[in-house]
Amino acid sequence: MKQYLLSVHLVEGEPVPSEEAMQQAYKAVDALNAEIKSAGAWVFAGGLHPPATATVVRSRDGEVVTTDGPFAETKEQLGGFWIITAPDLDAALEWAAKGSAACGGPVEVRPFQELPEP
Amino acid sequence: MPGTDLTAVERTFRLESGRAVATLVRLFGDIDVAEEAVQEAFVVATTRWASGGVPPNPGGWIVTTARNKALDRLRRESSRNERQAQAALLRAEAEPEEVGAVRDDRLRLIFTCCHPALAPEAQVALTLRLIAGLRTSEIARAFVASEATMAQRLVRAKRKIRDAGIPYRVPRESELADRLPPALAVVYLVFNEGYTASSGDELVRGELCAEAIRLARSLAELMPDEPEVLGLLALVLLIDARREARTGADGSLVVLGDQDRTRWDRALIAEGQELVRACLRRNRPGPYQLQAAINAVHGDAPTAAATDWRQILALYDQLLAEEPTPVVALNRAVAVAEVHGPALALEGLARLDLGGYHLFHALRADLLQRLGRLDEAAAAYDEALACEANTAERTLLEQRRRCL
Repeated sequence: MKQYLLSVHLVEGEPVPSEEAMQQAYKAVDALNAEIKSAGAWVFAGGLHPPATATVVRSRDGEVVTTDGPFAETKEQLGGFWIITAPDLDAALEWAAKGSAACGGPVEVRPFQELPEP
Repeated sequence: MPGTDLTAVERTFRLESGRAVATLVRLFGDIDVAEEAVQEAFVVATTRWASGGVPPNPGGWIVTTARNKALDRLRRESSRNERQAQAALLRAEAEPEEVGAVRDDRLRLIFTCCHPALAPEAQVALTLRLIAGLRTSEIARAFVASEATMAQRLVRAKRKIRDAGIPYRVPRESELADRLPPALAVVYLVFNEGYTASSGDELVRGELCAEAIRLARSLAELMPDEPEVLGLLALVLLIDARREARTGADGSLVVLGDQDRTRWDRALIAEGQELVRACLRRNRPGPYQLQAAINAVHGDAPTAAATDWRQILALYDQLLAEEPTPVVALNRAVAVAEVHGPALALEGLARLDLGGYHLFHALRADLLQRLGRLDEAAAAYDEALACEANTAERTLLEQRRRCL
């Protein structure tokens, strides 16, 4: 089994969806989360506060520098993600399709590196 | 070493390397292991077959030899505690040794190579490399890229297959709508690159057409119930039937209307037309079937003047509805000119955004000439010549401009 990161990206400056649409998306995501859990594919998932709440920490030669985030100064920012297990990419893409339908935006799928054996 | 034995190995390589790689990928679950082992097996074959003669089943010999080579290598590596080798070895030992699944092996690998998670140019390169057995240098030449660029493209694509876990399997019925089009597009792209190369070596180009037809044949053999697969095979056969007639004695380009139709390959046309009829009976038309049907109508006409343009226009109307692209609209305009006259066709062209495409200006020039608007026709030929085109096309455009 491999692990995949399914990430949802938000584009800054795009019109904010209506309250009703948001509620609908929350409900759809909850239902999907339950489905992922009952399929045994669940590792973790969550939605993030807006990028303006981010803080960046750099440690160099034992000195720590803390600055206001986000780290990447782009319009596209991570909005939330799932981490799932799947036998192969096709299975991960199926979950991603459901995730995209639930949250109403594109979902990027990336494989995790294999964990070193203990 | 007698020359004939070398050709036997070369011939077997062309025919069998794709099959062998596909089977080894199933056995070991790793493309690099499979490719390397198959290559080693062919190296052994060049010396072994020269002295001992060609075995009765060369393809089977290659698979068995490659399998043993890979097992040897993996055993060596896994004893050094290499995890990837251990995994591949475990998988190979668990896999039954039967060869009944061989036909599916190649289909599986085609769908892996044409997985939508890979970029289209990577799909084409992988398919030519792994399924058609072309060398990296040959693929690079065919697509006018440097060998280093092509090698890197292949390495990246193979790495993505491995790291992202793109599976080796034939898509389920419910997935075919998403997965079949890229596979068909790759085969058609390979064919077109061979048929109208942007530049490159003549020999390699003809070979690309042959490879594409072979790929289309395997797809049709493996998925005989998919009308678009049959449509694609029919299409490439019907176009390829005209390949000889398309080149003049001096290597110049001869367009459809001017071709010596006695030089068309009647056997290919008959096979293509039979496939088109079989598709029509299924009544599930799609873009490849419609294009094949259009070419089948051309194949029916003993002379250019006898072409049933009304039927061709009706087919283009259907095609345009399925695939509303400017290039389809451009090709449809040729039929419009024949059925309704050049003025109406010219009117249609004005709505197309194809200013960078030489054939758009070439057709405009032709229509303007037929309407007696010679100055405008000359200007249109100039615009066509300002676009990218291969040498043969360029010569033809210049010649036509002079004849105004």
